[in-house]
Amino acid sequence: MAYFIQQLINGLTLGAIYGLIAIGYTMVYGIIGMINFAHGEIYMIGAFISVITFLVLQAAGIGFVPLILVVMLIASMLFTAVYGWSVERVAYRPLRRAPRLAALISAIGMSIALQNYVQLTQGARVKALAPIISGGVTLFEQDGFAVRLSFLQIFIIILTMALMAGFSYLIDRTPLGRQQRACEQDRTMASLVGVNVDRTISTTFVMGAALAAVAGMMVTLYYGVVDFFIGFLAGVKAFTAAVLGGIGSLPGAMLGGLLIGLIEAFWSAYFSIEYKDVAAFSILVLVLIFRPTGLLGKPEIEKV
Amino acid sequence: MLKIEGVHTFYGQIEALKGVDLHIGKGEIVTLIGANGAGKSTLLMTVFGNPKCRKGRIVYEGQDITGVPAHEIVRLGIAQSPEGRRIFPRMTVYENLQMGALPTDGSTFEADIREVFDLFPRLEERRNQRGGTLSGGEQQMLAIGRAMMSKPRLLLLDEPSLGLAPLVVRQIFEIIKKINEKGVTVFLVEQNAFHALKLAHRGYVMVNGSITLTGTGRELLANPEIRAAYLEGGH
Ligand SMILES: Nc1ncnc2c1ncn2[C@@H]1O[C@H](COP(=O)(O)OP(=O)(O)OP(=O)(O)O)[C@@H](O)[C@H]1O
Ligand SMILES: [Mg+2]
Repeated sequence: MAYFIQQLINGLTLGAIYGLIAIGYTMVYGIIGMINFAHGEIYMIGAFISVITFLVLQAAGIGFVPLILVVMLIASMLFTAVYGWSVERVAYRPLRRAPRLAALISAIGMSIALQNYVQLTQGARVKALAPIISGGVTLFEQDGFAVRLSFLQIFIIILTMALMAGFSYLIDRTPLGRQQRACEQDRTMASLVGVNVDRTISTTFVMGAALAAVAGMMVTLYYGVVDFFIGFLAGVKAFTAAVLGGIGSLPGAMLGGLLIGLIEAFWSAYFSIEYKDVAAFSILVLVLIFRPTGLLGKPEIEKV
Repeated sequence: MLKIEGVHTFYGQIEALKGVDLHIGKGEIVTLIGANGAGKSTLLMTVFGNPKCRKGRIVYEGQDITGVPAHEIVRLGIAQSPEGRRIFPRMTVYENLQMGALPTDGSTFEADIREVFDLFPRLEERRNQRGGTLSGGEQQMLAIGRAMMSKPRLLLLDEPSLGLAPLVVRQIFEIIKKINEKGVTVFLVEQNAFHALKLAHRGYVMVNGSITLTGTGRELLANPEIRAAYLEGGH
């Protein structure tokens, strides 16, 4: 039981991270009908920016942990958002009216280009980071197994919940969110009522990138290492999460992220840690075969 | 108020508008009738720059608006209830109306929505229902209401009577008249030539991307050619 609860905690933490990345996939898919295959790289860049920010702060002699975290968070969101914006401008906007295959190839090209760019500028070796948030609490002990909840896990879960709540509010209740939904539902009509569609699409990329940056920062803190290749696996898993939840659905992405995190944690704990990535990929295949619309992506009956 | 001068519009190689000239005066209801595929919807969309007008000019209140992007047209005071209504299906009635109010500064939102609800009490009853689940008639009301929320001076309506029961059609036309009486100029594209010409001050007939006939509503109604082509057997 204790072991189970420990895995639950680990899975939730992991799931929070996947969920944040998955939101970017789902939102971009919703608005331009395309999978942004460079999104995993955006997340990777977010992780790097948070490492760099940390090193800069350290060099400046700043040691106050809350300040470090806030600055890392803001810097990575900000700079990563610029990358997200640029990806849309460079790789997608010129191809808005082109066949989907062209945009898909452009996205994959973008993803490879970003990977190589980071490899060239940051080196191919793994970057390690000293733990910033350490310690934790022991929830209970049973049969000699202690269930631990680290402060970092608390930080990750609370920050994710806050971001997701804020984000849902933004999409559901604010004029900006309404404009995004309008573009998603009927881009031509949105422009007729006065929505600047290009700008709204840019904003969507920026928001997705900012959330991916938070995920990148969390992973950096959680595992303490980053390299230029982490975007690929995390990207595929978050993409799986988005598909599992129902691509295009915001609550779906969050739910899918949590499920993928949990599945991965339990799979590693009870079956085999070497094959933990197989779990996510198998789910992707199964969902695509048996329920392509995902858990929450049930299309509504609509009169046209 | 709106002047369309020698407008040519293309879809790829296909010329959908072949030099259209027409004008709409302030306070008028002007109707445009024509067979399927004549280019009526294309003309309304060309005013919004989508598709672009390749040759010719569109002048609104003395200002050349050819090439102005769609999302800025509505800010000049032109609103459109487009072909097929294009309600945002996964938004509520209320949210659809909020979308319509986007170009305004929001200070008169409550009064504006009151006005729309007074025109269409049905929309108020259904304010929290999703647009995609409304009936065809309700969707049409919402499309017009949404356009009105931007407080337009010129309202473009594309076949508001399409697919509606005769009783509802009559209601819609009455409301168009009311809207016009509030001082909004109306440009009405219709298949229902009889009702449209009865309501409109003036009308144009479009055939194959060009205007072939024009006159007052009464003249056109009495015109034997029009009777033969658009009025026989109907209504
Ligand atoms: N997106 C498009 N791409 C290519 N051709 C188009 C497009 N939209 C319209 N057309 C063509 O342009 C011509 C004019 O179409 P339009 O929709 O303006 O006609 P309409 O007068 O509104 O007809 P209806 O009364 O049936 O609505 C038609 O021949 C149509 O096939
Ligand atoms: Mg039409």
